[in-house]
Amino acid sequence: MTETSPIQRVADSVALSTPPRMAGQIRGLSDRAIAWLFVTPTILLLLAINIFPLVWTIYLSFTNYKANRLNREVKWIGLKNYERVLTDSDIWHTLQVTAHFVCWTMFFQVILGFGLAWLINKQFRGHSFWTTLILLPMMLSPAVVGNFWTFLYQPQIGLFNYVVGFFAGVDPSSFQMIGEVNLAPWAIIIVDTWMWTPYVMLICLAGLRSIPDYIYEAAEVDRASKWRQFWSITVPMVLPFLMLAVLFRVIENFKMFDLVVELTSGGPGSVTELASINLKREAFEKWRTGYSSAFAIILFVTVFGVANIYVKALNKVKQR
Amino acid sequence: MSTNGKSDTPSLLTRFLRLRRGPWENLATVIIAVGTFMLMQPFFLELFTYSFVTILTGTVMFIIVSHFPE
Repeated sequence: MTETSPIQRVADSVALSTPPRMAGQIRGLSDRAIAWLFVTPTILLLLAINIFPLVWTIYLSFTNYKANRLNREVKWIGLKNYERVLTDSDIWHTLQVTAHFVCWTMFFQVILGFGLAWLINKQFRGHSFWTTLILLPMMLSPAVVGNFWTFLYQPQIGLFNYVVGFFAGVDPSSFQMIGEVNLAPWAIIIVDTWMWTPYVMLICLAGLRSIPDYIYEAAEVDRASKWRQFWSITVPMVLPFLMLAVLFRVIENFKMFDLVVELTSGGPGSVTELASINLKREAFEKWRTGYSSAFAIILFVTVFGVANIYVKALNKVKQR
Repeated sequence: MSTNGKSDTPSLLTRFLRLRRGPWENLATVIIAVGTFMLMQPFFLELFTYSFVTILTGTVMFIIVSHFPE
């Protein structure tokens, strides 16, 4: 007598307990229909939590709806909300703040990320240990990073102020990184760079490791200098990888919220109020739901457009 | 090279007119990039006002032209 596995026994018991009528109906279904039967709950869930809110937000962006006044009549106001958002100088300011944040974080992350990848790729003694150590910030939660950098930036007891004071020869308590208008934008740039440079480094490292040694050996035979090898071999071959990392980080930083809220909450004043922070204020503090929906759609279309470029770059890398 | 000495690769204009994906996708990408710059530049409020229409045009164009043949 052959022994049956536990899974087989469970399957048999399920088959036996299925009412004969239902079993007959299932037996009559095609493979395609059974596949749809399994996939449908997931599709319904996705429609409920992704597609419906998107469609509803698009609808709300054309109305005067306010989420804190449920009994108020909802009026269709056409493109008025879009017109208001796109002529609002405060929104324009928050997008400039976002641009400042995105551009400088990208600049520093590319320079430092590529530099670190270049060093790690030298395969020096203990390079695995240093790689792990460098990758640690990327693995932390943005809320945790925001909290402990708030302590590091404390003018009285903060390590950052102490180190800057030590090297610059100034009193550590003479400046406040997250309390001064001219320093706060740089404070959030420093933290984001510290957290996400490892990500750029990791992708650059993948690019550097994909370059075959024989290309450098051929360049050596042709007596190409190290400088020439760097600009003619390393940079062009790593560039698609770097471009991917930059596009991904641009999209992520454009939507940045948690880290900056923990650090500065958009202050002092509105010098670190990124687009996403302003959006949250308009939606859940001022309760201008229709207006904030229009702003959200504008941000969504922008990110979607940039994501298209990202997908195109990704396909180019795949073709290589 | 063809027998008459001219290159077989069609010119950029020819590829545009033949509705090929490559040049049209590049054009859509440039429109999206210009729109994104207009959205975030600190110089003119008018450019900011028309940025969304530009990005939307580029994005819709990208979706359409990505179905063109190679």
